[in-house]
Amino acid sequence: MEFPKDLKYTKEHEWVRKEGDTVIVGITDYAQDSLGDIVYIELPQEGGSVTKDEPFGVVESVKAVSDLYSPVTGTVVEVNDAIGDSPEVINEDPYGDAWIIKVSPASPEELEELLTAEEYQKYTEEEK
Amino acid sequence: MKSRAFPYIPHTEEEIRRILHVIGVSSVEELLKVFPPDLRLKGPLKLPDGLSEQELKELLEDISKKNSTTKDYSSFLGAGAYNHYIPSAVNHIISRSEFYTSYTPYQPEISQGTLQAIFEYQTLICQLTGMDAANASLYDGASAAAEAVLMAKRITGKKRVLVSSSLHPEYRETINTYLSCCAGLPEEVLYCAERGVTLPDACEKAYTDDTACMVVQHPNFFGCLEEVPALSEIAHRKNSLLVVAVTEPVSFGMLKPPGEMGADIVVGEGQSFGNPLNFGGPYLGFMAAGNKNLRQLPGRIVGQTVDKNGKRSFCLTLATREQHIRRERATSNICTNEGLSALACAVHLSLLGKDGLEKLAQLNFSKAAYLEKKLTGVKGIKTAFTSPFFNEFVIEAGKDAEKFLKALLKKEIIGGVALKRFYPALSRHILVTATEMNSKKDMDRYAEVADSFFGRC
Repeated sequence: MEFPKDLKYTKEHEWVRKEGDTVIVGITDYAQDSLGDIVYIELPQEGGSVTKDEPFGVVESVKAVSDLYSPVTGTVVEVNDAIGDSPEVINEDPYGDAWIIKVSPASPEELEELLTAEEYQKYTEEEK
Repeated sequence: MKSRAFPYIPHTEEEIRRILHVIGVSSVEELLKVFPPDLRLKGPLKLPDGLSEQELKELLEDISKKNSTTKDYSSFLGAGAYNHYIPSAVNHIISRSEFYTSYTPYQPEISQGTLQAIFEYQTLICQLTGMDAANASLYDGASAAAEAVLMAKRITGKKRVLVSSSLHPEYRETINTYLSCCAGLPEEVLYCAERGVTLPDACEKAYTDDTACMVVQHPNFFGCLEEVPALSEIAHRKNSLLVVAVTEPVSFGMLKPPGEMGADIVVGEGQSFGNPLNFGGPYLGFMAAGNKNLRQLPGRIVGQTVDKNGKRSFCLTLATREQHIRRERATSNICTNEGLSALACAVHLSLLGKDGLEKLAQLNFSKAAYLEKKLTGVKGIKTAFTSPFFNEFVIEAGKDAEKFLKALLKKEIIGGVALKRFYPALSRHILVTATEMNSKKDMDRYAEVADSFFGRC
């Protein structure tokens, strides 16, 4: 199970990578492993807004269907449409090709509230 | 011992005694002590004694004789519920207990027959509507139209809804009911008084950037054919969806499928196939959409798959859209399928076949054309609208339109639906329907009674 040190995390199992003025959001290795084979992802519209801790999409596996929660409030500047066509990439490369959306955050200080890799890893161990 | 137990509860005296003992009360009466005395009945209900099966049957038969049916009267009613011939095989097949008593096929290993039947129903609906995917049916055409509006709002993320005033008034009411909880009732685009259809220009003006969809009926409530290709072109140009509602699916036997004219969601009433008029229910709503919107369809969907031995089989699919999985975020929490009605529809369609449906549609069309010609030949009756129609049309019968319908009724003819109750502006208008059930003789008689009624005026 990977927990890259340069990312921030949420208790809902999303990861966040800061890249210039935007943040990239995906779901964690732990999340994809718990969900099993992912068969469908419902993505938001580019240009739409997302709210911290509110659902912005849906991910569906052969076992379950889960909401995707936004780690920050802001505007969606880019959507990874490629994973819409091949959602299995989320299982294969959750921190790379399977990024989900890029968001321009309204208040970048929200990022400080997110978990570090160590905190998130500890959280997942407690959750088991 | 004469039982004090309740007649439809199967517990014996002994069981009731034991239950009361376990919960620590001495009698059922003691349980009811919590109700204030003034709310309790003082004696037994004043009801007559129960009847034997034989007496009950006689009583019910006497009551049912007070009704008149389309067998006693010559009926020219339509307006969303159609009198069509149902081949005997339909009821024989749907009465098989495997179909008749089956419940929702959640367990595919014991439900292949029901699942295959629904899959075939869905396939037929897709073929008729020209769409990619259909659900397993909904309550009726009106609730299907309302679900289509909610679906269009989910897909587009927009809030406003346009409906044509030539959409069935009760469908519009149902849409209003579904939308009344979440603000923003639909706006109506008025039909053209001369042609009886929705004008694309009027429609275009009503759109804003926030319009999720436009709902149009085809053939519309007046029986007229709408300009579906033009209406869908406008909807798509406005990044919106076109919902086409069909109340008379027999028209599919002659008309181009809505899917081929750009419709995004096609809904309608399936009663015309295999289901009797039944005083208004149970009917069945059909609903179909394109593959790209498949995940937003409400209700059950049956899919084809293979079992562990590689054999063709069927199961409920894409269930994550549904309430037992998605809860409050399901595509709908107020729908179910009408399994037996959908089966009757599928059986009737299978018996008709492609050629049979075409012939049936042509027969309906030509009967209505004949009747319209006969009636508008009567001095005092005029055609109301100039648009082409399928098996329904509107006549203008002057200020005595309602008296005219009463005069027909005396001659055991139900002449049509007076439109006044739905459209105050159409107080002199009657919606008349002809199907394969109306013989030439019946239609000629209708015209004769009309002739003598207006001759007297």
